[in-house]
Amino acid sequence: MNAQFQPIAPRPSPVRHSGALAWARRNLFADWKSTLATLIVGVVLLWAVPKLWQWVIVGAVFRPDADACQAARGVGACWGVVTEKYRVILFGRYPFDEQWRPLLATLLIIFTLVISCMRVFWTRWLALIWVASLAGFFVLMGGGVFGLSSVRTELWGGLPLTLMLAVLSLFLAFPLAVLVALGRRAKLPAIRTISVLYVELVRGVPLISVLFMASFMFPLFVPRGVTVDVLVRVVAGLTLFIAAYMAETVRGGLQAVPKGQFEAADSLGLGYWQTQRLIVLPQALSMVVPSIMNTFISLFKDTSLVTIVSLYELTGALALALNSDVQWRPFKLEAYFFITLIYFSGCFAMSRYSLWVEKQLAASKAR
Amino acid sequence: MTTPASPPPRSRQWSLNSRATRGVIYQVVALLLLGLGLWYLAHNTQANMQARGIQSGFDFLGASAGFDIGETLIAYDPSQSYGKAIWVGVLNTVKVALAGIVFTTILGVALGVGRFSRNALVRGLCYGYVEAFRNVPLLLQLLMWYLVFIELLPASNEAMSVGGLLFLSKGGLSFPWPTAGVGYVVGGLAVGVIAGVLWRRRVQKRFEATGQDGDRFWAPLAMLLVFAVVGWVVAGMPREWSLPEQLPFMVDGGMALTPEFLALLIGLTTYTASFVAEVVRGGIQSVSRGQDEAASALGLNPRQKMKLVVLPQAMRVIIPPLTNQYLNLTKNSSLAVVVGYPDVVSIANTTINQSGRAVECIAIIMLVYLSTSLTTSLVMNWYNRRMAIRER
Amino acid sequence: MPEQTQPIIRFDKVNKWYGNDFHVLRDIDLNVAKGERIVICGPSGSGKSTLIRCINRLEEHQQGVIEVDGVELKDDIKAIDQVRKNVGMVFQQFNLFPHLTVLENLTLSPMWVGKMPKKEAEERAMQQLKRVRIAEQASKFPLQLSGGQQQRVAIARALCLTPKIMLFDEPTSALDPEMIKEVLDVMIELANMGITMLCVTHEMGFAKAVADRVIFMDQGQIVEQNTPEAFFNNPQNERSKDFLSKILGH
Repeated sequence: MNAQFQPIAPRPSPVRHSGALAWARRNLFADWKSTLATLIVGVVLLWAVPKLWQWVIVGAVFRPDADACQAARGVGACWGVVTEKYRVILFGRYPFDEQWRPLLATLLIIFTLVISCMRVFWTRWLALIWVASLAGFFVLMGGGVFGLSSVRTELWGGLPLTLMLAVLSLFLAFPLAVLVALGRRAKLPAIRTISVLYVELVRGVPLISVLFMASFMFPLFVPRGVTVDVLVRVVAGLTLFIAAYMAETVRGGLQAVPKGQFEAADSLGLGYWQTQRLIVLPQALSMVVPSIMNTFISLFKDTSLVTIVSLYELTGALALALNSDVQWRPFKLEAYFFITLIYFSGCFAMSRYSLWVEKQLAASKAR
Repeated sequence: MTTPASPPPRSRQWSLNSRATRGVIYQVVALLLLGLGLWYLAHNTQANMQARGIQSGFDFLGASAGFDIGETLIAYDPSQSYGKAIWVGVLNTVKVALAGIVFTTILGVALGVGRFSRNALVRGLCYGYVEAFRNVPLLLQLLMWYLVFIELLPASNEAMSVGGLLFLSKGGLSFPWPTAGVGYVVGGLAVGVIAGVLWRRRVQKRFEATGQDGDRFWAPLAMLLVFAVVGWVVAGMPREWSLPEQLPFMVDGGMALTPEFLALLIGLTTYTASFVAEVVRGGIQSVSRGQDEAASALGLNPRQKMKLVVLPQAMRVIIPPLTNQYLNLTKNSSLAVVVGYPDVVSIANTTINQSGRAVECIAIIMLVYLSTSLTTSLVMNWYNRRMAIRER
Repeated sequence: MPEQTQPIIRFDKVNKWYGNDFHVLRDIDLNVAKGERIVICGPSGSGKSTLIRCINRLEEHQQGVIEVDGVELKDDIKAIDQVRKNVGMVFQQFNLFPHLTVLENLTLSPMWVGKMPKKEAEERAMQQLKRVRIAEQASKFPLQLSGGQQQRVAIARALCLTPKIMLFDEPTSALDPEMIKEVLDVMIELANMGITMLCVTHEMGFAKAVADRVIFMDQGQIVEQNTPEAFFNNPQNERSKDFLSKILGH
């Protein structure tokens, strides 16, 4: 039944599966529908790209020259509006000469964000590093110490404000979210009800209404004679809002911790808070890092809403820069593209990072 | 064999160390703290409002509003009450939310399915769209769309026209709209829907009895159209259409959509569609390859595979987050205030400015959105329980 | 052993590659007679699953000829559909449709592919469920059953097509030990009814009980094939000896 077995060496495939031509055949011209799609998209791109190139680069005006921009209307973009107004857009109404301070403060926050993303820094010192960074931010922006002139919070604006609002709200919301998540899972019905009510109430209403509440109602909540800084109100509103969403995320992480962990902790004699602190939360939180990143990305975008309550972060600062300037107002679109680019780069980078973290976590779980 | 006995009744031991007692104590303390906190806030609020001369109560809803509203679904004039004005706002919110949900679903599903296209260009474009639109704040996108409408479009005395029927300008979009017989046509459509459903039931019965499948799509569609036409005939075949026409200063006639509405609708749709696309993509991906292989091994063709195996399972994964996106769209419509569209938040804002009743108005806004969210959650929970894949 | 002039499955110099360089099936020549029962074994990565998946075109071969019941497998939808009507497959992961009941899982293909009326399809389904001794679970959903029960349902589902050939791709590898026997018992009964079977498995007891031929594959080639007694007791090739020592030794 068996002839003498002759082992056969592996040969390369006669039909090339890779290489540009094979790829094109599979991905662009596989069947008539695909070919048609390729043709249509190809034609549209061939028509649109040169026109775009013309408008964005070739015919565009880069000098801050309003007359040249007017002359180039319809032909090229007016990037001069960015060259002219970028400082107001980026830093709001901050005093012109002191604008190195918000620049430094922004870089400080970005730097701390970047190192938070690196695994090597995921220790308990990270919280302290953040506190130091935020303290540094406020000192730089507000001044009044170390010989820096004092700048009122009403004058803060632009990119540093966007970053600060997002970072500070997330930082403050985090412990609240953990408490609420634990509260939702508590066996005691009163605590569970309070947590559920808070989460469902906040998640059911738009952010703008929470900001309105913070803006109009917080001054009424405090004793007579006490004024609440608008920045504090907004941060409080954002914190309350984002904590409800994060609580759900953290709860998901808590649910994913296997029951056996709780039982092991019980059998070792650990109390409730010890179990949560030492066993459960470390595991739950590492699992929800990607979701927390997504929450931060949403928050970063949501800071744009504070314009409505008169805090001039990036989007608001642009309106401030251009609405009253008749010369440059026609070129608002180009200025919008400028800040679109800023938001896009930030959010896209963070979402890529979040995907990377997810892969890392999945890899560490795979056996 | 002894019959199983019921367990003895639980005796409660009230001591400081028992979990039960501690639980009660913790809860009482928590409730007391919360109650104290709320009382403190309420007390301050009352004191502050008295000091500033702000009255409280919902009686202001009956007072005359005194401001006009740019677009309304029902008749309204400034002499009518704040309550009526807010109701107009609610209707406007519903209008833009419903339209947004319909268009977002169409666009989002198309993009989500497009991510699986065999053509690399289509895949790339869908991916590019999703990344481009979801990484930029919605507020900014709305501002940009509004800018396109009010600055880049031609003025309304020289609107862009398509075939003399469609007019697009700074004043908005105008298109022909029938002035009579609409009700009858809608009635006809309703009858058509019922007829289509009955037809499909007949086809299914016949399929189960004989194994021969029938037409489940084109015939019901034809019925829909036929009955709509029948409705029109029953109405006396009205041929009056309101046609927009270019007047010296504006475009008049037909159905007009304001630039505010259009900017909000397009902004909301293009933004939310990118999230819906991701939800759809995740749902289709969640159906394992083994399901596809088993269906192939059983001889099902690609259409049957999609219809009988992949889509039913994908839908279960897609529906909950999809509903969440619908809710997000509805909540995001509150950004109407930045484009000047008179939704409920925008009108409530004006009301606060005029009447000073901040607390009441904010409460109304929150109530409106909360009821939407809670209703949707309830429906979603019911749906999930019904459709859940039953496990051990 | 049953005699038949035309083999029901014929592999002629079949070669398959994954990508450009992974030569997963090398010059496979194989004839399977009608009613023959074959067990394919070998180390992982040897191409045994790929081989049987080529028979119902879940995998495509690049070189050589595969003929199933007289129909050549090419890039021809009609031919593939024809073949799939005659070939039933049981998967390692069962792949039952979780959103349908057990009965609906079984009647799906007869109704939609075989154009059978519902009553007839259900009767046939109940017959097959009785055969695998799971008729009482007909209205349950797959995820409400144990692994062994699910796999038996999967076998019944494949049998509803009245196939001429049954393919098994490691049917018991995903089961808990105490459930393997119930599935193997069903497969042995099936084998004794004369259906052509190709089974990729490590269960050597099953091979000894039922197989007409054992095929040992390694690195994409058929290294050795023989009757079970001859193969297990007297392997000819070094690689076969090595493999057998590994799986029989523990």
